[in-house]
Amino acid sequence: MKKILSLFLLVWLVAFSLLYVTKTIESSEGYGGDNTVTIYNWGDYIDPALIKKFEKETGLKVIYQTFDSNEAMMTKIAQGGTTFDVAVPSEYAISKMKEEGLLLPIDHAKIPNLRYIDERFLNLSFDPGNRYSIPYFWGTVGIVYNPALLGGKEITSWNDLWDPSFKNEILLVDGAREIIGMALNSLHYSLNDTNKTHLQQAKQKLDALTPNVKAIVGDEIKMLLANEEAAIGIVWSGDAAEIMWENERLDYVIPEEGTNLWFDNMVIPKTAKNIDGAHQFINFMLDPENAAQNAEYVGYSTPNKKALEYLPKEIVEDERFYPSEQLANKLEVYENLGKSMLAYYNELFLQFKMHRK
Amino acid sequence: MRRYAYAIPYWLWIGLFVIAPIILIVYYSFFDIEGHFSLVNYETFFTPVYLRMTFNSFWYAFLITAISLVIAYPTAYLLTKTKHKQLWLLLIILPTWVNLLLKAYAFLGLFGTYGAVNVLLETIGIGTKQLLFTDFSFVFVSVYIFIPFMILPIFNALEKLNPSLIDAARDLGASEWTTFRRVIFPLTLDGVKAGCQAVFIPSLSLFMLTRLIAGNRVITLGTAVEQHFLVTQNWGMGATIAVFLMIAMAGIMILTGNKKWGVRQ
Repeated sequence: MKKILSLFLLVWLVAFSLLYVTKTIESSEGYGGDNTVTIYNWGDYIDPALIKKFEKETGLKVIYQTFDSNEAMMTKIAQGGTTFDVAVPSEYAISKMKEEGLLLPIDHAKIPNLRYIDERFLNLSFDPGNRYSIPYFWGTVGIVYNPALLGGKEITSWNDLWDPSFKNEILLVDGAREIIGMALNSLHYSLNDTNKTHLQQAKQKLDALTPNVKAIVGDEIKMLLANEEAAIGIVWSGDAAEIMWENERLDYVIPEEGTNLWFDNMVIPKTAKNIDGAHQFINFMLDPENAAQNAEYVGYSTPNKKALEYLPKEIVEDERFYPSEQLANKLEVYENLGKSMLAYYNELFLQFKMHRK
Repeated sequence: MRRYAYAIPYWLWIGLFVIAPIILIVYYSFFDIEGHFSLVNYETFFTPVYLRMTFNSFWYAFLITAISLVIAYPTAYLLTKTKHKQLWLLLIILPTWVNLLLKAYAFLGLFGTYGAVNVLLETIGIGTKQLLFTDFSFVFVSVYIFIPFMILPIFNALEKLNPSLIDAARDLGASEWTTFRRVIFPLTLDGVKAGCQAVFIPSLSLFMLTRLIAGNRVITLGTAVEQHFLVTQNWGMGATIAVFLMIAMAGIMILTGNKKWGVRQ
């Protein structure tokens, strides 16, 4: 008993002294005052060289912290306690954070570079007038597939997935909006459809897909597809870029029936202390040269029109990540459907999961 | 008076961390998604979807418990006969020190199409099988995770068993099987019950494994609770399922509880 107790005390002592040491080091390096900006972003979602450049240009210190889900990020911001000056949530999280009063309005006068953003990506339903959010990256939901494993078969549309020869080859991402949306799109309905007959049709169509579905998984989908555990995956384009980076045999396609268009956006959460610095950072990231450098590093699509001029041709002309206007017109942003409709989507998705082969 | 004073921390603890959460869960279960008081969640629970989910959960939990017991009892029995009991026991407990998620991820690698198990199956001529995302892998991994909690109580019960009772049974002419059936097993029944509780109750509300190992092809009540709280934000429905889970668990505790099965201790 005595030994255990002293062991515990030792662990505590070491932990506390380390905490103290980091605090002293941080303050001696100038962290923790008005001259820092804390960025709260997804992992590996910014070119570190840009952070250095920003620090050099402004004299501000950047503290960079990462999260791996919108929910985790929102919980941490809602709790307060930690200072975050800029965060990068997805669009559905922004509507929620707005409702809960977790965001501070953005002063457009302090962000002159906003003029470089493509108008297509401004003033969207989740944040009219961009009062609280500025687009950071965007992308689509589509199909990653492995032509080699499918005997050279090509996939161009959602409806191709119902091909009986793809038995047990499809991995779906575990998201009700994404998967029900896919079924709605395959029936040429809007993926914001709230007509219950249409939704029931979509559910029935999904049930018919069951023999082809190997599993419905979360983030593991990237690893499973890169390891060729299955030949087809329904994923976000950002994940697709990452998977194709790992395994070059895979290809990504935006289905011709249309699909979802999503955004990650920079916001200033209510926990911000250095609001001026936050504006400076957002403006810095919107600078076309910086945005281009960032897009090249991260591999996602930039909403910055001017930045496209600084990007290599093979990236800008890659229709998988910068779709042609004709296809772009078929992309839809998720609208906030309200709690009970969202519950209905989830209920249908749950029923689809329970549908056995 | 002093005696009551000592009990205050205990009652505070029970009140704050046991009774209050249960009351909150029951309270939330009476609200629909819009926050209005209603019984709609209970109505929903008695629809075929949730009844089938309940049945599935019980079926898988039963399978996991039964298989664990069948493997754990002989293992525990052999353990009591080994020389280095403490070492073997440590080896059995060791995997429980590793986080559940890490173990699940390890199985993702092992059971994959190109994983170690399939390489082995290939070399011995059986050929590659789909192991991941099947009922088999789900039950296998769950048994692997829960089996230490079955072995330990049975082992303890067997250790406490007075060996002279076995000698007496043999002296009176009982065969080995009869000795086991009439003496050893009834006397270690408390360990078996404790083990079954420790395995059945958590496996009833398993949720991470249903996604990682079973690829959401197995949907248990635990999965539904997680979904309703984190994704749908329908806390009422999540709480309602939790209420039924608690009722089920209380039932199991009573069933495997103090009743003496005709054998005096």
